[in-house]
Amino acid sequence: MITLTIDGKEITIEDGKTLLDAARENGIDVPTICFHEATTANAICRICVVEVEGQRVLQPACIVKAGAGMKVQTRSEKVIRARRTILEMLASTMDLSEADDIQAMMYDYGASSSRFPDAERRESEVKDDNPMYVRDYSKCLLCWRCVQVCADDAQYTYAINFEGRGYETQIGTFFDKPIPETTCVLCGQCVGVCPTGALKPKREFLLEQGMSPQEISVLNTGRKNRSKVKSQRS
Amino acid sequence: MSEIDLAPLKPAIEKFIPLGRSGLLPALHEAQEIYGWLPEQVADEVAKSLRVPLADVHGVIEFYALFYNEPIGRKVIRVCTDPACALKDADGLLNRLCKKHDLEPHPAEGHGQTTGDLSLTIEPSPCLGMCELAPAVWTMDDGRWTVGDGEARPRSVVYGSIRELTKNCGDGTTSLKQYGEYKGLQKALTMQPKAVVEEIKSAGLVGRGGAAFPTGIKWEGAANAPGDQKFVICNADESEPGTFKDRVLLLDDPHRTIEGMCIAAYAIGARKGYIYVRGEYPYIVPVLENALNEAREAGYLNGFDIEIRVGAGAYICGEETALFESIEGKRGFPRIKPPFPTTHGLFGKPTVINNVETLCNVPLILERGAAEYRKIGTEKSPGPKLFCVSGDVTQPGLYEVPFGVTLRELLDMAGGVAAGRELQSVLFGGAAGAFATSEHLDVKMTFDDLRAAGLPLGSGVVMVFDETRDMRDVLKRLGHFFAHESCGKCYPCQMGTQRQMEILNRIAEGKVEEGDFIRLQDVGWTMTDASICGLGQTAASAVLSAMKLWPELFKDDGRRMRDEKPVLKGENRKEAAIEKKAAKKSGKPRSKAAKKKTVVKPMKKTTRRKK
Ligand SMILES: Cc1cc2nc3c(=O)[nH]c(=O)nc-3n(C[C@H](O)[C@H](O)[C@H](O)COP(=O)(O)O)c2cc1C
Ligand code: SF4
Ligand code: SF4
Ligand code: FES
Repeated sequence: MITLTIDGKEITIEDGKTLLDAARENGIDVPTICFHEATTANAICRICVVEVEGQRVLQPACIVKAGAGMKVQTRSEKVIRARRTILEMLASTMDLSEADDIQAMMYDYGASSSRFPDAERRESEVKDDNPMYVRDYSKCLLCWRCVQVCADDAQYTYAINFEGRGYETQIGTFFDKPIPETTCVLCGQCVGVCPTGALKPKREFLLEQGMSPQEISVLNTGRKNRSKVKSQRS
Repeated sequence: MSEIDLAPLKPAIEKFIPLGRSGLLPALHEAQEIYGWLPEQVADEVAKSLRVPLADVHGVIEFYALFYNEPIGRKVIRVCTDPACALKDADGLLNRLCKKHDLEPHPAEGHGQTTGDLSLTIEPSPCLGMCELAPAVWTMDDGRWTVGDGEARPRSVVYGSIRELTKNCGDGTTSLKQYGEYKGLQKALTMQPKAVVEEIKSAGLVGRGGAAFPTGIKWEGAANAPGDQKFVICNADESEPGTFKDRVLLLDDPHRTIEGMCIAAYAIGARKGYIYVRGEYPYIVPVLENALNEAREAGYLNGFDIEIRVGAGAYICGEETALFESIEGKRGFPRIKPPFPTTHGLFGKPTVINNVETLCNVPLILERGAAEYRKIGTEKSPGPKLFCVSGDVTQPGLYEVPFGVTLRELLDMAGGVAAGRELQSVLFGGAAGAFATSEHLDVKMTFDDLRAAGLPLGSGVVMVFDETRDMRDVLKRLGHFFAHESCGKCYPCQMGTQRQMEILNRIAEGKVEEGDFIRLQDVGWTMTDASICGLGQTAASAVLSAMKLWPELFKDDGRRMRDEKPVLKGENRKEAAIEKKAAKKSGKPRSKAAKKKTVVKPMKKTTRRKK
């Protein structure tokens, strides 16, 4: 067991826990976006940053281990500025209409969705190329989870990876091939971990497009069709 | 899509198969040399040969600016449009080159353009490491690289008040015969490895790559780390705008770096080393290969061998952990630290990674002893230091001085501000640095004095701007550089560099929007405080320093320093020479594959997604 202070409150927890565990287990709210129990934490969204005394830069609570005697602030001015600005930049970059959690965070931090006028948005056409799921990367916030579960965190299928770099990064397949022409096995794990509706079950997508359940069932997105798609791949 | 003949590829990449994924970048380089670009079938074949997932290979090609997944010209001309070259009318040069070939003239932030017959591609480029020879031009013609007006390698322009590190620089490559014996290594071999580390520690050597970390402590960490497989890496990625010192050291005196690596290997117990050279320095590779052969024949690489790796256009790969990823055949994403390289470096093994200049100090220290070495420089910043002086000075070049000279003394050595103008500012430390003004002229250039003055030593960049320059244009280019080079891993930098660039673009155009000052500051501090690596943490450093010095530039569209730029005569000579060569060579087919007309769907990389 170790003892540290978070927001002036003395906290004792087991060794090896992260600052995020320490905070949440003690009722202190620290927001997260990229963090997910099922995937390796990469600490990329930085929304969970906290101020640790003696550290030059803010520390991502999701991966930094709680240490004895640490003095942590989860709501310092620096922390709030970073979180608010990250949220405002997200809102000026992508379509957050189906990312309820992030919208709630924006409200919490007083983040304005119009903070960056004339910002270039990251837009992409909807990719509807397989019977299982639809990809709309205008809604993608690059949390990496889909790439991770497709690879070493779950499926070992390696169907998707990154395109471009920096602001122009996007999730993509080998030379932009449609999903049925990749190694994808349509396991749906990526859809399960996507936080923003960028990856969506085809059925849900069609319902939203105004199709009735009957019309959709005629389309037959069931297992038979899936195995047909599989066998079409050589 | 047309069929591509894979026959020449297989034997060419065979040697990389045993390396597995780590052979990916070398294999892609090899493939691109054959086909001129990387068509789908070629990428597919490389992936299968090295057993790397297709999507991952695609991800790697997409990451590195010098890998192309669409056809480019048989001849490629790259013109640096970063600040030092912009001062010498790089934009004008680029535009005139484009016009001459009926390509649309493009602004600095444009992407490359290729003629319809695939004979020529013209591309603006981030800093090419030839800032003292601005405007820098780097040309690939039929697989042959040239620089400037068609020279095989850039000239070395070396000055300064001492010549320790640059003793053998300025007059072509120094052979082993001229270099003499590896006396520092010989001395080291008579000592215990621990004693070698102690010698480096007591010499007070501090890393010259930008992070200013004590070298001895780094070596000690790796020496003490458990494991019998350890690595020594020489970081020759040198991509910090304004920096060109490592280029000169490696081209003119490769044995000094190799000797430094051998000593490091002995001190930590490494049997394998790598020199990671940036993709924009291909002309250094044969020089290094030759020097390594000389050293092998002389028996200096006994039980320790060095492999050369070549980057492919990514500033971030100079960040040590991104560099490891790159050698491992991956996208250059920096890793989370800790763990640190000394315990978990390349392939997860204990690794010492040092800058070229740092390693060049090592033979000097061993040969003379720490006490003697410390006679150079100051008490707290011992040793010689290289400064890359560029921009508006009479004599741009590489300057070697002892730590402790003042900025004024350095600028005087460089002949002062060119054309009799007044000094406006100095970009200190690189794009990731900060601006100094005439108020800083008497600051002693040592680690402490500079830190106290708020100026980072960085990679030794001293880029001078005279009174006529519009600093907003300089800032715009820095903004563009970071947006182009952010790896995209973490949100603050991935989006922050883009937002920063957008704001700086409109400020440069005099179209400041209400709230831009605070907006720019929020973005800057968020990147500084919350980014994963040094790139994001310093991407706003120069901008924030400019905001302190010249707040008025960011607040209104004040006319300050917006006078017409002076037109300097004689600046068109360079392009005339390049032109002549282009006319001579164009139309010559470079390979079977390139001769065939290929029509492919352009990928995202060179076509901007949306405006
Ligand atoms: C974005 C970025 C780029 C870097 N580029 C270089 C480089 O080109 N060369 C270099 O030696 N160090 C570079 N560094 C610093 C390295 O991470 C590392 O600190 C250095 O190689 C260590 O060597 P040293 O201790 O001898 O300076 C860079 C760091 C960052 C964050
Ligand atoms: S598609 Fe969804 S899961 Fe994948 S990176 Fe984007 S937001 Fe994350
Ligand atoms: S700071 Fe920038 S370069 Fe570094 S990891 Fe984050 S996005 Fe990549
Ligand atoms: S939740 Fe910690 S960095 Fe994303």
